[in-house]
Amino acid sequence: MAYALQQLINGISLGMIYGLIAVGYTMVYGIIGMINFAHGDVFMIGAFTALITIVLLLSGGMMEGPGAILLVLLVSMSVTALYGWTVERLAYRPLRGSFRLAPLISAIGMSILLQNYVQVSQGARVKPLEPIVRGGFEVMREGGFVVQLSTIQIMIVSITLSVLAVFTWLVTRTPLGRAMRACEQDRKMAALLGVDTDRTISLTFVIGAALAAVAGSLYLIRYGVIDFYIGFLVGVKAFTAAVLGGIGSLPGAVLGGLLIGLIETFWSAYFSVQYKDVAAFAVLVMVLIFMPTGLLGRQEVEKV
Amino acid sequence: MRVAAALRDAAITGLVAAGLFLPLVALRTDVSPSGALFIRTRWSDAAILIALAVVGRFALVLWLGRKIPVASTESAWWEEPLRRAGKFFTPVLLLVAVALPWLPGTGRYELDLGILVLTYVMLGWGLNIVVGLAGLLDLGYVAFYAVGAYSYALLAQYFGLSFWLCLPLAGILAAFWGVLLGFPVLRLRGDYLAIVTLAFGEIIRVVLINWASFTGGPNGIGGIPRPSFFGLPFSMGGEAGSFAHTFGLEPSPLHRVVFLYYLILGLALLTNWVSIRLRRQPLGRAWEALREDETACRALGINITTTKLTAFALGAMFAGVAGSFFATRQGFISPESFTFIESAIILAIVVLGGMGSQIGIALAALIMIGGFEVFRGLEEWRMLVFGIAMVVIMVLRPRGLVSSRTPTVALGERRAISGALVGEGRG
Repeated sequence: MAYALQQLINGISLGMIYGLIAVGYTMVYGIIGMINFAHGDVFMIGAFTALITIVLLLSGGMMEGPGAILLVLLVSMSVTALYGWTVERLAYRPLRGSFRLAPLISAIGMSILLQNYVQVSQGARVKPLEPIVRGGFEVMREGGFVVQLSTIQIMIVSITLSVLAVFTWLVTRTPLGRAMRACEQDRKMAALLGVDTDRTISLTFVIGAALAAVAGSLYLIRYGVIDFYIGFLVGVKAFTAAVLGGIGSLPGAVLGGLLIGLIETFWSAYFSVQYKDVAAFAVLVMVLIFMPTGLLGRQEVEKV
Repeated sequence: MRVAAALRDAAITGLVAAGLFLPLVALRTDVSPSGALFIRTRWSDAAILIALAVVGRFALVLWLGRKIPVASTESAWWEEPLRRAGKFFTPVLLLVAVALPWLPGTGRYELDLGILVLTYVMLGWGLNIVVGLAGLLDLGYVAFYAVGAYSYALLAQYFGLSFWLCLPLAGILAAFWGVLLGFPVLRLRGDYLAIVTLAFGEIIRVVLINWASFTGGPNGIGGIPRPSFFGLPFSMGGEAGSFAHTFGLEPSPLHRVVFLYYLILGLALLTNWVSIRLRRQPLGRAWEALREDETACRALGINITTTKLTAFALGAMFAGVAGSFFATRQGFISPESFTFIESAIILAIVVLGGMGSQIGIALAALIMIGGFEVFRGLEEWRMLVFGIAMVVIMVLRPRGLVSSRTPTVALGERRAISGALVGEGRG
């Protein structure tokens, strides 16, 4: 029981990170209908920016308290958002309205580009970071097993929830959110009614990248090791999460992220660590066989 | 006027570039001997990159104006001459391919490169059946390549079967896996299909890594038997019964390389021939119809299930055959060779070649794999250049190098049509 509770805690905190990235995938998919393959690498850029900021703060002796973490998040979000904007501007905007596979290949190229850019500029070696946030609570004790809820996990959950709350407010209550939803429904009609679609799409990428930066920073603080390649697997899993939840659906992305995180954690805990990715993908395949549009996805109406 | 606009644009670009490069290029994190991280500054590198961005943007705006270049779908300048010369171009290319081992200046290196390019040509033509003809987006094609390679390696290791027996077996096994993947994804469309195929590729790779007792795990399988010339081994000793002895030749390591070259050339041409022939038959037409409109296909009584499954199976079969060739050529395989990036490269070759154009795919493989070799001296920069090239080519030529198609069936004269008229499939 205690063991399962511990896994639940670990799974939720991992799932939150996947959920944050999945939102970026699902938003971009909803609005321009493409898989943004470079999104996982944008997440990696976010982690690296956070790393650089933390090392700078540490060397200045200012890495203290929640203010410093907030600063790290803000720096990482703004730099990564700029990367998201640039990626869209350079690789996707010229292909707007082109056929479906062109932006996909361009995105794969962008992903290779970002990975190797970081490899060249930051080095191929794994970067180990000393723990920034320490401590935690003892939730319960059963036999010799102690269930821990670490400060980092509380931080991950609370930061993710507040970021998602701001994001939900942005999408449902602001003019920008309205424009985004309009573009998602019908881009041409939205443009005819005076929505600047190019700007809206750019901002979608900026917001998605900022969310990925939060995920990257939290990932770095939680696990303490990053390299230029982390974006691929985490990105694929986050995309799996988005598809699992029903691509295009924002609550679905978070739900999918949580599910993937939980499946992975529980599988590693009770079966084998090596096959945890297989478990996540197998669940995806199973869900899609029975619900081809994901858990919360809209049923596509086919017009002939 | 234009200069003013260019200056303003260049200034904005400079600001953006500063935001991009200052944190990640100028501040490099390094691990000190004690294990702690420290920052090493490299302001000059970042300054060079920012300057490049500013100058580049300034020149671009001055030259083209502020308008974003819209990707063109019309034919490129090289296509019209290419089409006119098309009658000669393909045979000439083929002739060069056949004569390559005998051309002056062709050494071991050129032949190895030729073998590599032809392997990708074959994989590209195989994937083209799935993506280009049937319009099903497959992001895990490399899984079948892996199945073929491991089939041969394991069959040879455990049962001592010969290469020539394993070549068709590997194809059949891979085709079987293609059907196995095809079944669950029959109902899926578009990007759902893409992610499931990607997941499938990753599952195969993870299993290969972790099932160490059977597949050798991350260490791979070594000592895979090299191919023989239809039973005559290529041995350096030149003893009776070897290839060199039978034909009265001086034993040379080049014999095997030349043989491998012709083998892959033959296999690639077989792939090409099968897909061209199939396109004219009911099955191939059903694939193309499926790509154009799945609903109409159903309405006209085409069996979607068998059509999709045969596309998956045939595409997978050619990948399997190519995989077993890869295993015998390398003599060593490991899961490292079958990562997602390989699938991405093969898909890029198909799309860059112009989806469905056979000659386009061959050219794209030549350019991408050959070009990749040219930049060998760049070392860690090579993949970076590769990524940039992929983006740039796609942005400039989204319809691929050869964007015109010759229809399979036509009323009266058969004329090339624009690739923009060809559907891309929602499957």
